[in-house]
Amino acid sequence: MKLYNPPSPLETKVISKRFGVENSWRLDTYLATGGFEAFKKTMEMSPDQIIDEVKASSLRGRGGAGFPTGLKWSFVPKNVEGPTYIVVNGDESEPGTCKDRLLIEHDPYQMIEGILIAARAVGASKGWVYIRGEYRYLIDHLDSVLKEAYQRGYLGKNIAGTGFDFDLYSQTGAGAYECGEESALLESLEGKRGVPRIRPPFPAVSGAFQRPTVLNNVETFSSVPEIIKNGGKWYADLGTPKNGGTRMVCLAGHVNKPGVYEVPLGMNMMYFINEIGGGMWKGKKMKATIPGGSSCPILRADECDIPMDYDSMAKAGTMLGSGGMMVMDEDTDMVKIALRIMRFYKHESCGWCIPCREGTTWLQKMLARIVDGNGAMRDVDMVGDLAKSMLGRTFCPLGDAAAMPTISIVEKFRPEFEAYVARNPFANSELVQVG
Amino acid sequence: MSNMVKLTINETAVEAPAGTLLIDAAKLAGIEIPAFCYYEGMSLQAACRMCLVEIEKAPKLMAACVVPVAEGMIVRTESPAVVKARKTTLEFLLTNHPLDCPVCDKGGECELQDMVFKYGAGESRFTEVKQHVPEKQWSPVVFYDGPRCILCYRCVRVCNEGMGVGALGIVNRGVAAEIAPSHGDHLECDECGSCIDICPVGALTSGAYRYKTRPWEMEHVGTICTHCSNGCKTTLGVRNNEIVRGNNRDRSGVNGEFLCVKGRYAFDFNHHPERLQTPLLRVNGKLEEVSWSRALQAVVEKFKAGGKAGVVGSTRIANEEAYLLQKFARTVLKTNNIDHHRSGDVVTLLDSLSGKTATLGTADDCYNAKAVLIVGADLSQQQPFLANQIRANHRHHKAGIYVATPGAVREDKIAKASARTADGNWLPAVESMAEKLKGEKELLVLFGDSVKGEGVRKLVAFGESLGIPVKYICLVDYANSRGAMDMGLLPDLGPGYHAVEGAPGLTLPQMMAATDLDLLWVVGANPLARHTLASSKAFVVVQDLFLTETAQRADVVLPAASAYEKNGTVTNVCGQVQRLKRGVETVGAKTDLNIIGLIARGMGVNLGKVDADAVFAEIQKTVRGYNVPLPVIVTGGAAQTMPVNGRVPSTVLPELIQSSRDTLFTTGTLTRYSKILNEVMEAPGGLYR
Amino acid sequence: MTFSPELEARFADLLTHYPPGRQRGALVPMLMYAQDEVGAVTPELMAELAKRLDVSVLQVDEVVGYYSMLHKKPQGKTHVQICTNVACMLRGGAELYDHACKKLGIGHKQTQASGVFSLEEVECIGACSWAPAIQLNYTFHHEVTTDKLDQLLEGLQ
Repeated sequence: MKLYNPPSPLETKVISKRFGVENSWRLDTYLATGGFEAFKKTMEMSPDQIIDEVKASSLRGRGGAGFPTGLKWSFVPKNVEGPTYIVVNGDESEPGTCKDRLLIEHDPYQMIEGILIAARAVGASKGWVYIRGEYRYLIDHLDSVLKEAYQRGYLGKNIAGTGFDFDLYSQTGAGAYECGEESALLESLEGKRGVPRIRPPFPAVSGAFQRPTVLNNVETFSSVPEIIKNGGKWYADLGTPKNGGTRMVCLAGHVNKPGVYEVPLGMNMMYFINEIGGGMWKGKKMKATIPGGSSCPILRADECDIPMDYDSMAKAGTMLGSGGMMVMDEDTDMVKIALRIMRFYKHESCGWCIPCREGTTWLQKMLARIVDGNGAMRDVDMVGDLAKSMLGRTFCPLGDAAAMPTISIVEKFRPEFEAYVARNPFANSELVQVG
Repeated sequence: MSNMVKLTINETAVEAPAGTLLIDAAKLAGIEIPAFCYYEGMSLQAACRMCLVEIEKAPKLMAACVVPVAEGMIVRTESPAVVKARKTTLEFLLTNHPLDCPVCDKGGECELQDMVFKYGAGESRFTEVKQHVPEKQWSPVVFYDGPRCILCYRCVRVCNEGMGVGALGIVNRGVAAEIAPSHGDHLECDECGSCIDICPVGALTSGAYRYKTRPWEMEHVGTICTHCSNGCKTTLGVRNNEIVRGNNRDRSGVNGEFLCVKGRYAFDFNHHPERLQTPLLRVNGKLEEVSWSRALQAVVEKFKAGGKAGVVGSTRIANEEAYLLQKFARTVLKTNNIDHHRSGDVVTLLDSLSGKTATLGTADDCYNAKAVLIVGADLSQQQPFLANQIRANHRHHKAGIYVATPGAVREDKIAKASARTADGNWLPAVESMAEKLKGEKELLVLFGDSVKGEGVRKLVAFGESLGIPVKYICLVDYANSRGAMDMGLLPDLGPGYHAVEGAPGLTLPQMMAATDLDLLWVVGANPLARHTLASSKAFVVVQDLFLTETAQRADVVLPAASAYEKNGTVTNVCGQVQRLKRGVETVGAKTDLNIIGLIARGMGVNLGKVDADAVFAEIQKTVRGYNVPLPVIVTGGAAQTMPVNGRVPSTVLPELIQSSRDTLFTTGTLTRYSKILNEVMEAPGGLYR
Repeated sequence: MTFSPELEARFADLLTHYPPGRQRGALVPMLMYAQDEVGAVTPELMAELAKRLDVSVLQVDEVVGYYSMLHKKPQGKTHVQICTNVACMLRGGAELYDHACKKLGIGHKQTQASGVFSLEEVECIGACSWAPAIQLNYTFHHEVTTDKLDQLLEGLQ
């Protein structure tokens, strides 16, 4: 499979090291390049030792929330009667994010090995890789890989002669951002609408089919074999304290070399954009960057000189999220960006709870009205106010995801909103012209 | 109690049992936490976000409907953050909710109105175009107005969890999400109207009620439904002496807020144009309208003349009327030829339980018993409230449900074991479950009319053999089927199941077959619908609401008041006595009690004071089991009759016992006169797949 | 209703993926795969899957309406999906979409009378680093220009 963008020499290739290798997705290639060594190593380890190693790596969830992976695994109850499951979140729907598909395309066995190690750690017997419906080519690809894995004894009974049994299946989504939320994904896996569940109980206790379940992102599982092979400490040391390892960052927008690159956590963001991403296109200046998918608060250009790790991002008031970085040049219309983001969340709101369902709809209508030149001065404040009315009050994080970028865009680029509104001759009138 | 949790809500110390949800704990302490989607007894949704409260140390506002109380928890339900959150949630709700309250049926009793009034903002900032979709009609009685819907999912849950029907779902996504019916554009369901009843706004409205009145223009009268035997309290909404609505929102009565299609809509027979309003007298072979005095005079003359008389009582008239009727028959007409349409073998059950205590089941037992066995009855069709209790018992208490029925029934879905019976031979099916039943802690057995006579004794013996406490409910058909028996509308047994003095009288079929009958007095029954009257010379007096088959054969027809037009008491299938309360005045008709009294007066007979309270006082004194506390009844409660607990010397063949096997949409003759029931009967009934 | 032997085999396999009694888990995949073969989620298809998975048609309908890739009406032979979400928008996705509207003479979620093409302005399809991206049926095309789009569409006429 061809690469969609050339790699950069400045990458630290841990989980993407097989990208570009001929037949990288075949079992033989994987075995010839150290594949399944980690899994075999775990046969000598106790479940607790595996979890401790993952904890030591300070690996955090690569889907967006950044929850410590080892800790998540440790929540799965031990010695329960009945099965425990693994679910892989390959829904990859956060705007700006396109990394998991590469990991499954180029190195599916790495993910499978990560899943098997997790299965060993929590005593799971079965798993599903949930992949968004739009990635049909990827599901077909994974299905052929799974078939090979079964045929060669790397899935099913007595895996690689270890006596360990595990079944793994692909599961397609059908077009719903919300199914990236773990409990909504589980509902979808059970053949229902992708509406999130009330938590607790968390999936570790009651997940897929109401059984204890480890649910992690594709990239998270893909990171596990190298951690086990080289040790948690080795992996942790690649990044910054509490922010172990490397990440796949999806660089998009107004840069010269957009692409997906693997870099250590803590790399300076401007360095990343300029040195790996080739700097701003057409000699333009940067205006802003959304650092980790469209649900993250936006950063002005002057706020981007920070390390890319979970904690530094949090300090800057935003998130590393899913690694979807979108860079915007000086000509970008931030009001239209705000509208486009809100349109997305309105489209994807599942409708379950009132603040998200009605809030995203209202905000989308209002932002569209502003863009159409029918905004009023009071609307500018109201955009922020309504977004804050969703924040922290919705049933699931989708409401927050819609609110956070909106609040930050209005706060940081208020004059652009005011300029739009100023085009409306009735902008200061009590009577608002409804578009 | 050791499992009590101490917490603080709004600076008030509150104690609640561990596991209590915060929203309920607050309620116990008299603190209201508003909510739309939270509904006691149903699954949790956390969707409306109205119940967000501040909990100390929580990073954000928490939904009180899903957070259990915890020791030392400090909660604020009226802090500025909470107040603002509620206000904006309501503001969000009103963005797409049409403000058509002036023409909305729910106006005046709308939870959204109340919430906005109490917690909402005085001003709306929404200036965009509202989302709109046209209103839809899903059945003769169910209309859905999507834009008014706030998606609290109560209707979906009451239909799925409550009724076990699952005829409502959620389609589409996001702001386009809406409720949808089971069959594309229409509903196939029980048509129970629970979805309408439970809707907090005017999204689901009733075809029977819509646009008829404003809620505040009605008087509300709580009485007992006159259809099946379950004895549901129905609160009649009465406007200008017309019943326009039936519901039970105040959850008074044994049934809480439950009502089936009949309880909710089938009061409309009361205003049917064919209701008799004038007495009829056969003159020259034709029934003619005459005055009350002339009609009564004709009856009195015949009654005085004597001869071989037969009396058929009703399964719908009040206890007082049934009691007085048999008293009249036995003391004035001096006959034991008195009977009614029997639908369950209560008599043999009472006899076989003689000497045992705590063996008669109640509606509460249906909800609380650890296990329930249903023998030979399609409960969801014939005993809708008891079926609802059992579903709730399964849902809330995980009760073990066992089913032995001739055909598939709704309870199969929740049953631990189901067996089909063949040719009325239910015993093998029941015995096949014996081992499982022995593993239960206790059992409630409900049985239909296929279990009668010796069968009842076999069933009780089977219950004995299980070695666990067993209670029984003998299912009967109509609102006062049980009372009719208790009051002694039987040829061999008087009030309280005492053997009659002298020889037992003729049974109903025997009366019909007797060629020498001189007089037949039918009060609120329609025996000629299934029997023929052999005696051509019989003078027939009929008291009824309508010109039934029997009334058409009558010589005198006296227009009777319906259950909704009288005071008195009825006894439900479980032996619970409840009060009928007059909701509307009669026009032309009189209560059966009144009519019996007038005939007695015409004959110069003293039956004592003929009013409902006085006759009930006599019943309390003289009828075994009926010495029930009056305050319970007069305050609208259900008083459990005492078990007879003694031998019942019955002589009657159990073959006479035959249920009408009504469905959800039928109840004997009355059904024909309910416009709504006839409309919704288009629905197939049975199991909805 | 019967499906092709390949699809029946796929369904048979799919149903083995779930714990006993939880075969409803196959609903979303079955809808997706069957939709490809049937051309749309027809009432017959919903009834068939309801029967096979022992759920009500309403329960199937609830699911169908939830997922944006499931459609009750047939689409064109080639379904043109153009992403205009932020990453694509920054690199000309919206202009590309406008161009496609003009070129195909149809708008969002419309199908040409000939049935050759249908068009949809889609949300992020996960090709952000190679924007603007489109999908022709399930096939991704990255860094699509208006010229490239013209070529692609003309090749499918």
